[in-house]
Amino acid sequence: MSARYGRGLLHLAAAVDRPGSFGAAPYVELAQLAERGGLDFVTLDDSFARPGPDALAVLSRVAPATRRIGLVPTLTTTHTEPFRVQAAVATLDWASCGRAGWRIDVSTTEGEARLFGRRPAAPADALWAEAGETADVAAKLWDSWEDGAEIRDVPTGRFLDRTRLHHVDFTGTAFSVKGPSTVPRPPQGHPVRVVDATEGPARTTAARYADVALVRAATPAQAAAVRQQLRDRAAESGRNPDTLRILASLLVDLGDGEHAAEPGHGGGGPRPTPEGPLYRGGPVDLAELIATWHTEGVTDGFHLTPVEPRRDLERLVNGTVALLQHRGLFRTFYPGSTLREHLGLARPANQYAVTGGTS
Amino acid sequence: MTVRRTVHLAARLPGDGRAAVGTDPCSGSRIAFASPAQQARTAERGLFDFLLLSEQLRLPEHRGRIHDLDAAGWPEPLTLLNALAGVTERLGLAATVHTAYSEPYELARRLATLDHLSEGRAAWHAETSSDAFTGANFRHGGRADARDRFAQAVEFIGLARQLWDSWTADGVSRPFAHQGRHFDIAGEFGLPRPPQGHPVVILAGDSDEDRECAAASADVLLARHRSVAAGRAFAADVRRRLAAYGRATEDLKIMSGVTVVLGDTAAEAQERAAEIRRQQITPQGALYVLERVWGADLCGHDPDGPLPRTDPVPDPAFTPGRGRHGDRVALAGTWRALAKEKGLSIRETVIEASGRQSFIGTPEAVAAELQAYVREDAADGFVLLPHRTPGCLEEFVDRVVPLLQERGAFRTEYQGTTLRSHLGLPDPPGEG
Repeated sequence: MSARYGRGLLHLAAAVDRPGSFGAAPYVELAQLAERGGLDFVTLDDSFARPGPDALAVLSRVAPATRRIGLVPTLTTTHTEPFRVQAAVATLDWASCGRAGWRIDVSTTEGEARLFGRRPAAPADALWAEAGETADVAAKLWDSWEDGAEIRDVPTGRFLDRTRLHHVDFTGTAFSVKGPSTVPRPPQGHPVRVVDATEGPARTTAARYADVALVRAATPAQAAAVRQQLRDRAAESGRNPDTLRILASLLVDLGDGEHAAEPGHGGGGPRPTPEGPLYRGGPVDLAELIATWHTEGVTDGFHLTPVEPRRDLERLVNGTVALLQHRGLFRTFYPGSTLREHLGLARPANQYAVTGGTS
Repeated sequence: MTVRRTVHLAARLPGDGRAAVGTDPCSGSRIAFASPAQQARTAERGLFDFLLLSEQLRLPEHRGRIHDLDAAGWPEPLTLLNALAGVTERLGLAATVHTAYSEPYELARRLATLDHLSEGRAAWHAETSSDAFTGANFRHGGRADARDRFAQAVEFIGLARQLWDSWTADGVSRPFAHQGRHFDIAGEFGLPRPPQGHPVVILAGDSDEDRECAAASADVLLARHRSVAAGRAFAADVRRRLAAYGRATEDLKIMSGVTVVLGDTAAEAQERAAEIRRQQITPQGALYVLERVWGADLCGHDPDGPLPRTDPVPDPAFTPGRGRHGDRVALAGTWRALAKEKGLSIRETVIEASGRQSFIGTPEAVAAELQAYVREDAADGFVLLPHRTPGCLEEFVDRVVPLLQERGAFRTEYQGTTLRSHLGLPDPPGEG
């Protein structure tokens, strides 16, 4: 009998990046495969610094081709408009009936700055502070329509109840936003905000605003240390640390099939590489690693980036996930329909609702 | 010899925009994906050229408060179109995006992505207007410098086209550099040339500058609906301008924004049209319209009573973000004269003054009029502005489209796969 596992349910996510693909089909295929495995969500990275389609657009295209899996595109905050970012994420949440997330990232390079020509490149800590402000104002704008603000009241001829609509009047260091949003409050209240918290400047933003933090860690000890720090900082900023899911991020190369892991791999754990910790081995050993780390309580789950997208995701779903399901460690169907439900996160209360209307 | 002209059709969502309170049996589902998905499928069933989604960037305010009478709250159009690409196969997918609150690189990338994901069905309605009220939601207040908005729009669109052309035909990225009056950017574009070469570019407007800008830069011009005679003159004027840019008549399609009301008889259609106008202009809505003209608080007035005796106080701060009300005093005078002549109340005056629907009649009559409008060269087609959704578009597709097809005035199947092919637009010259 396997040991009682971890602090809660195991959460699994996978990247569906496909460098060089600009059409819909390759992404739809991977997302459907991940959904067959019951994964919490898929991520699609994005950057102005390299070729690729707009990630939020791709996952919007994936939305009607899937039913349950969470959809988490990267949207950067440095050269984009906070108002547009929040509206796009809210719309993805509407289009997917409550499955949207947003992986927050920044643009640090001079090359990206030149594509916009509006501001010079800036240091990472300043950009992550701005990303935090964007995450903050996004949640305010999502709340700027209280649930049920659309009343369609025939006797008074009113379409909206303006007491349930709110200016956000946000003034940050690099931008200000008046509000309210033009998109009604999304189905999840707040779509899930995801931050890769591996680097220092991002960790503060993650602790304050993220629902899910990703940590690239090669050892359980490393993962546990970052996890503890994130939870402490979340508590310091007034949050309940249990509202933050922390997932270990690994690159996975399952090309060796069922063969024994190379020294330093598989059973020995992931190896650090410039791209992040890389697990190379078989799906069975990966299942063992996932079960062990989770049971030891060093992580709430894993975010896995297949090195060879189609091959490795297929082996992950049909091998690793099937095994975890067989051992009763991972869901075999989706009990909920929204990403928040998959993650065991409550739909947040509206920050404007308690005060009544003040618009 | 004359070539038989066929009609191009599109629909805009949300439609008419005025109050639709309580009139929609599918209320509650306006934003949920099922509603626009159904509209898109209906438009595709009707073999429409494209569906156009509007962009709203600031909720209207009135007397310092959020305006609560009209339908508001709408998804971000480009994001929604990518999802709609997954539930349609041929329908063109157009989004309004304001240039003043966008960056050329980012927007060109989003449009190219939509074109790739939809396999050549993307279109962009470049909205060039801007104001400080809307700008309050954006960095630096947007580029709300209205003085040279047309020059800025032409530069923006030209730059987008440069970015779409920046990869070679065999998929090699080439660096670009642009240094203009409004934009100074350089680097490499993130996507190969879109399937259509360039997504279809739409401009809207009627002014002299709008026409010139469209002749220079657009594939489609959306115009206000006019009489046949005025439409002919407008279209001739726009087409005359094309030569200066080395373009031919077929390079720019003119589409007229129209509302349609159908009935089994002409009288029934007229009755429905009047009923829709009454629904759209509620007692409260009539006072609201009046307050915008008068620039004053008129809440003490009875909508079923007479117009105010005082003259308007033109105060742009009263209803921000909505310019172009013309001379309010003159307008008030016109309305007073109208009310006096016909003995109308406030609400009746507003209904009377707000204009009739463009086409009112039996499906046969409307089909004949639509065909005649295009045959007479007053436009290449129409963008329907449904007065209520979903019923309005559905009714048009079921009752008018088959008649247009019988008349040989509209396609009976999609001939091509791209929006450019539906519109009969040439491929943009490649720089591959």
